[in-house]
Amino acid sequence: MAEIWLDFERPIVELERHIEELRIIGTQGEFEVKEEIERLEKKAVKLRKEVYTNLTPWQRVQLSRHPRRPYTLDYIKEITDEFVELHGDRYFGDDAAIVAGLGRMGGRSLIIIGHQKGRSTSEKVERNFGMPHPEGYRKALRVMQMAAKFGKPILSLVDTPGAYPGIGAEERGQAEAIARNLREISILPVPIIVVITGEGGSGGALAIAVGDRVFMMQYAIYSVISPEGCASILWRDAAKASEAAEALKLTARDLLKFGIIDGIIEEPVGGAHRNPGEAARRVKEVVLNSLEDLNPHSPEELVRRRIEKFSKMGVYKE
Amino acid sequence: MPIFGKPKYTVVKVSRKKTMPEGLWTKCEDCGEIVYNKVLEENFRVCPKCQYHFILTASQRIALLTDGSSFKAFEDGLRSLDPLKFKGPKGSYPEKLKEDQILTNLEEAALCGRARLEGKKIVLGVTDSRFMMGSMGSVVGEKVTRAIECATAESLPLIIVSGSGGGARMQEGMLSLMQMVKTSAALAKHDDAKLPFISVLTNPTMAGVMASFASLGDVILAEPKALIGFTGPRVIEQTIHQRLPQGFQRSEFLLEHGFVDRVVHRKALKSMLAQLLDYFGGTKGKKS
Ligand SMILES: [Zn+2]
Repeated sequence: MAEIWLDFERPIVELERHIEELRIIGTQGEFEVKEEIERLEKKAVKLRKEVYTNLTPWQRVQLSRHPRRPYTLDYIKEITDEFVELHGDRYFGDDAAIVAGLGRMGGRSLIIIGHQKGRSTSEKVERNFGMPHPEGYRKALRVMQMAAKFGKPILSLVDTPGAYPGIGAEERGQAEAIARNLREISILPVPIIVVITGEGGSGGALAIAVGDRVFMMQYAIYSVISPEGCASILWRDAAKASEAAEALKLTARDLLKFGIIDGIIEEPVGGAHRNPGEAARRVKEVVLNSLEDLNPHSPEELVRRRIEKFSKMGVYKE
Repeated sequence: MPIFGKPKYTVVKVSRKKTMPEGLWTKCEDCGEIVYNKVLEENFRVCPKCQYHFILTASQRIALLTDGSSFKAFEDGLRSLDPLKFKGPKGSYPEKLKEDQILTNLEEAALCGRARLEGKKIVLGVTDSRFMMGSMGSVVGEKVTRAIECATAESLPLIIVSGSGGGARMQEGMLSLMQMVKTSAALAKHDDAKLPFISVLTNPTMAGVMASFASLGDVILAEPKALIGFTGPRVIEQTIHQRLPQGFQRSEFLLEHGFVDRVVHRKALKSMLAQLLDYFGGTKGKKS
């Protein structure tokens, strides 16, 4: 796990390691390394700038799926003072691909839900790679409706390749679960803040991504279909995923332009995984500010504005 | 066994090797039976042998379900644009739209309007799965949403007949996906006004359409053997590396698992809708 880096990250990571080694040597006091460190640090700054200012959409897809990227429970740990996880949809089971619970953050209590990916092989399997079954969406809705009952705001952290494509998922109504969430969440009378932290995989992401303020992390993606899926349908070749990623306009900047999201949360240089604590701090700040902004609105006003916001989405000629 | 008594027509078996005169016969996509086109038309485009329901165009669907020429389409003039300047492997999105407009004689994959069904005033939306696989882009989402809003504003019952293999339309990216929220939120308001919505699922209703308005009916009806679900069967097979069971994601499968209220033969669809509208009451249009 520790050695997983993307191709375009590797030269930077190697350079940083080299600098770190020199520092250690420097502390031993036998060699003069100060100048060399300064030279290499300048080089690293330049290299980072080169790589990260011109990321292609496909490189952003790779960053959004980075195996070291912070996941929902990592964010929760950083941003809350306390978190009590709740389990189960009350119909069928508990889906570990979605976590839900009660949390305290900056003196407020709120409900937090989110997709959860696994890091070790066994946890990946347990979390089903962050791909929920209907139970996950029903659990999320149950807990969100509880938030409404007790007047608590909701934070939803979105990071999934998509809703799970399987026999059981279809038997238990994957489509119905997603549809119901869209209808019910759109009228929940409490503030809802959504942050797309990694992969916003189509309907499987959208099912918990309806909110009053929707943000994307700088290197998150949000797409109607996976680039691989799009490539295999249109190009008849999944290997054309990078072209599909380009065509789908799935980056945070594109989606801000189309009015799909309300803002972008800048990530630490190199991405959230290079400094998860700082990434989480920025998420927390944005969430608290947004809750402050939404505070004056009555529940009816919140719902009216939310529906109006989504009703305006779309581009057409009349 | 035929559901509606003995068919009054003859089914002619023709060796498949013989060439058939164009436009006289149609081969059943399900059982392979060769059926006279005239017979097929008289039978609501349902195979007399196996009851396979052929896909209807939007205008055939409207003719099937509405009284005379009562259907009045909303003249919204909504047209799709190419906001993503979508770069696919071949042909532009506007070219594809134009192609399907010529093929279907429709402006877009959905057609909505006011109509009467056995005398009752309704708002009706239909999708045409020949138009970009009935997929939902900004225009389809907007048309469906306006239909819902019209029904809510005028206190009319709403019927939407879905037929979409495509779900959310790729060529409009996330703008398409957001139509799922838009339509579902409009239905929340319709629901709040205590007005009925009957969703009719036809072959095929998948992905973003099924995961939004099509799943949200007070009553959900499906035509027999229609493919209905979230993920397409091919993708599921590739994911789980096994063959799917016979009848998987067909109407009868959804009935068995509790996701549709009734599977209704096309011949009985209009009268079933009328019967349901009677129960919901207070929605009978004034005689005009
Ligand atoms: Zn047949």
